[in-house]
Amino acid sequence: MKRVDHVGFSEKFIADEKHIKFHDKRLWDLRSSRDVEVHGIPEWEELRRLASGIKEHTLTHLADYLEQFERNATANGVVVHWAKDAEEHNRIVHEILSARNATVLVKSKSMLTEECEMRPYLEERGIAVVETDLGEQIQQLDDQLPSHIVVPAVHKLATDVAKTFSKTMGTDPNESRIPVLCEAQRQRTRPLILNAHAGMTGCNFAVAETGGITVCTNEGNADLSANVPSLHIASIGIEKLIPKLEHLGVFIRMLSRNALGSPITQYTSHFRGPRKGGEMHFILVDNGRSERLGMEDFWYSLKCIRCGACMNTCPVYRRSSGLSYGGVYSGPIGAIINPTFDLKKYSSLPFASTMNGSCTNVCPVKINIHEQIYKWRQIIAEKNELPFIKKESMKIAGKVLANPKLYRAAIKAADAAVAKLPRVVLYNPLNEWGKKREVPEAPKETFHEWYAKRKKK
Amino acid sequence: MKVALFIPCFMDAFFPNVGVATLELLERLGCEVDYPFDQTCCGQPMGNSGCEKEAAATEKLFVKNFSGYDYIVSPSGSCVHHVRDHLTATEQTAETSAVRSNTYELVEFIHDVLKVREFPWAEFPHKVGLHNSCGTLRALRTAKMSEINEPFFSKPLTLLQGVKGIEFITPDRPDECCGFGGTFCVSEGPVSAKMGIDKVCDHKRNGADYIVSADSSCLMHQKGCSDRMGLGLKFIHIAQILNGARA
Repeated sequence: MKRVDHVGFSEKFIADEKHIKFHDKRLWDLRSSRDVEVHGIPEWEELRRLASGIKEHTLTHLADYLEQFERNATANGVVVHWAKDAEEHNRIVHEILSARNATVLVKSKSMLTEECEMRPYLEERGIAVVETDLGEQIQQLDDQLPSHIVVPAVHKLATDVAKTFSKTMGTDPNESRIPVLCEAQRQRTRPLILNAHAGMTGCNFAVAETGGITVCTNEGNADLSANVPSLHIASIGIEKLIPKLEHLGVFIRMLSRNALGSPITQYTSHFRGPRKGGEMHFILVDNGRSERLGMEDFWYSLKCIRCGACMNTCPVYRRSSGLSYGGVYSGPIGAIINPTFDLKKYSSLPFASTMNGSCTNVCPVKINIHEQIYKWRQIIAEKNELPFIKKESMKIAGKVLANPKLYRAAIKAADAAVAKLPRVVLYNPLNEWGKKREVPEAPKETFHEWYAKRKKK
Repeated sequence: MKVALFIPCFMDAFFPNVGVATLELLERLGCEVDYPFDQTCCGQPMGNSGCEKEAAATEKLFVKNFSGYDYIVSPSGSCVHHVRDHLTATEQTAETSAVRSNTYELVEFIHDVLKVREFPWAEFPHKVGLHNSCGTLRALRTAKMSEINEPFFSKPLTLLQGVKGIEFITPDRPDECCGFGGTFCVSEGPVSAKMGIDKVCDHKRNGADYIVSADSSCLMHQKGCSDRMGLGLKFIHIAQILNGARA
C-alpha cells in the first residue's frame, strides 16, 4: 500500500483559510470546554488512574471476561458471535441479514464498522446501509471516512454540508442555516428508520457481569436504530469489555466530559436482551486486537475509549484535519493504532507529531500516546520504512555528530552558508524551512570559538 | 560545585550569545563551569527520528564528554529531555546512568539545585510573553500544564519575577506547542510553519514585545515566522534576561 501523504494533504488543508480557521477553533473550543468540565472535578486524576487500572486489569484477563460476557449475554437471550477479523465480521452481519431477507439496515455511528469496511461489503451484496448519525451521514453522502472519532464531519463548514445535501437530498445549495440542514436530514432519515429491516449500533462498554452493552450518543439515533426494527445487531470490539456494572460509574463520568466538555451524553442507553418477538445479536470482533495485546510497547492503546480528546488537543491534527491521516483512526490515537494494521501505509503518521505530549495528558485512560509515537518511529526505522532522504540524512548526521572534527567543519559550513549565500539560493524550493520562515542570522563566531579565545586570555 | 556546560549544536552555530549568557550567569551564581571541548550533540535529531542505530555513536561521545561532573547544565529543554528520558541508543553503563540523571535544564538547575530567586543585576523593562517549550513543560515538568488539574507553579516565571521591570502578557493559548518539533520543522513544513505563525500572532495580539523561552530552538522557529510576517516581535532566551540583558 502507498504511504499516506500527510504533508501533502495538510498543505492543501492549510491553504484553505476559512476551513482551517474554523477547524482549529472548533476543536480548541472542545478542548477548552473539556478543561472547564474536567477541572471542576477535584478527583479527576484519581478517576484517570481508576479507569486506566480497570482497563489494564480487563485486558490482562480478557479471555475470562469475554467468556463471562458471552455466557451472560446468551442467558439474556442474545445471540453472540465471534469474528476473528473484518471479513468474518462482515460475513456474519450479511448472513444474519440475508437469512431474514433484510435489505435495509439503519445504523448509528461505529468506528468498528468503519474499520471493517462493512458498508461497501453489504452494499455490494444488495443491502442498503443508512448512517443515521448526522455527521456520519454527511460523510457517507460524500463518500469520505470520518475525520474525527466523535465529530466525524468537523472538517466541513455548514456551507459544505449545504452543497452535499443539495446534491443528495435536493435541498437549496445556498441554504446553510444549521437548523434547516438538520431538519432536512431528519426528514430524510426518519422514514428510512421506520421502514428499516434491521438496526445496528456500536458499543461503548460491554459489561461482563451482566452481559449487557452501553451505547453513548447525543442524537438519539442509536436508540431509534436499535429499537424501531425488531432485529438489533451490535458490533463490539473485544477491548470494549469492562468487568462490572459499577465500573460504568467511572467511565460514564469521564467519556463525554473529556470528549465534548458536557457532563454526560444526551443518551446513555443500556441494551441487555431482545424485546419480545425481537432478536439481538452481539458480534465480538478481534481484527488485530489480540495481536496488539501481545505487543509489549503498544498494548496500552487497547485501553482507548474513543473520546477523541487527543485529537482535539493535538495542534497538528487541528491544522491538518482527520482526512490527512488516511485511515479510519486519525490524530494521535490513529498514529499509534493504524500502523498495527499496515506499517508501510501508515508509516508517515508517527512523524506527524511534534511529540509535545498534550495527548497523553488529556487521555482519560492514561495511554502514553506520545511515548508510543516515539516507539513507533523506532520500529519504522528498523523496518526500513523511513523516506529515503530522512534515512540518508540521519546516517550522515549520525556520523558527523559522533566526530568532533567533522562536527566543527559542519557548523562552520552552516554558518557560512547562512552568512554568504545570496537570498535567492538560500531560499530555494528545497529549503523547506525557508518557505514560510526566515533562517536565523549567522553569528560572527560560534560559541566554541568564543570559548577557545576566552580560555587563552 | 563542578558544572559542565552543554551547548547544543544549533546553539553553538546560531545562538552563541545564549551560550555566553549561560556561562556568565552560572559563574555569577558561584559555579565552577567547565565546557568539555569535544562536545557535539546529544543525539536527539537521530533518536527523535527513530534512528537508534545512527544515534548510538553520538550518544556514546556525549557520555564520554560529560562523565565525572556533579552536574551537566544546558540552556535547552528539549536536549535535556533527550538525555534524561531518551538516551537509550548507547550502552546503559553506570557512567551513562550517572550522566543521564545529572543533566539539568538551566531553569530547573537554578530553581531546584542552586535555589536562587533574586537577580539584582537583572532588569528587563519590556512586555514579555513566556513560551514554555513542550520539552520543559510536559517532559521536564517545570510548570503547570493546562491539561492537568494541578496547583499553579512555574519555575521560569518564579525566576523571571526576580527581574526588575519585567511585565508579562498572557497569550490565549499559553501552552500550545509552537510547532518546531525537531526534524518535524522540515519534514512536516506546512503544519510546523502554520503552528509557528499562530503562536507568534497569539503573542503579538496580546501585546508582547518579546517572547522569552528556555529553548532557543522554539525561538529560532518562531522568530523565523515572525520576521517573515514582519510582526516586529523580539526573541530572547531566559538565560540572557537573568544574566542582565536589557534588550
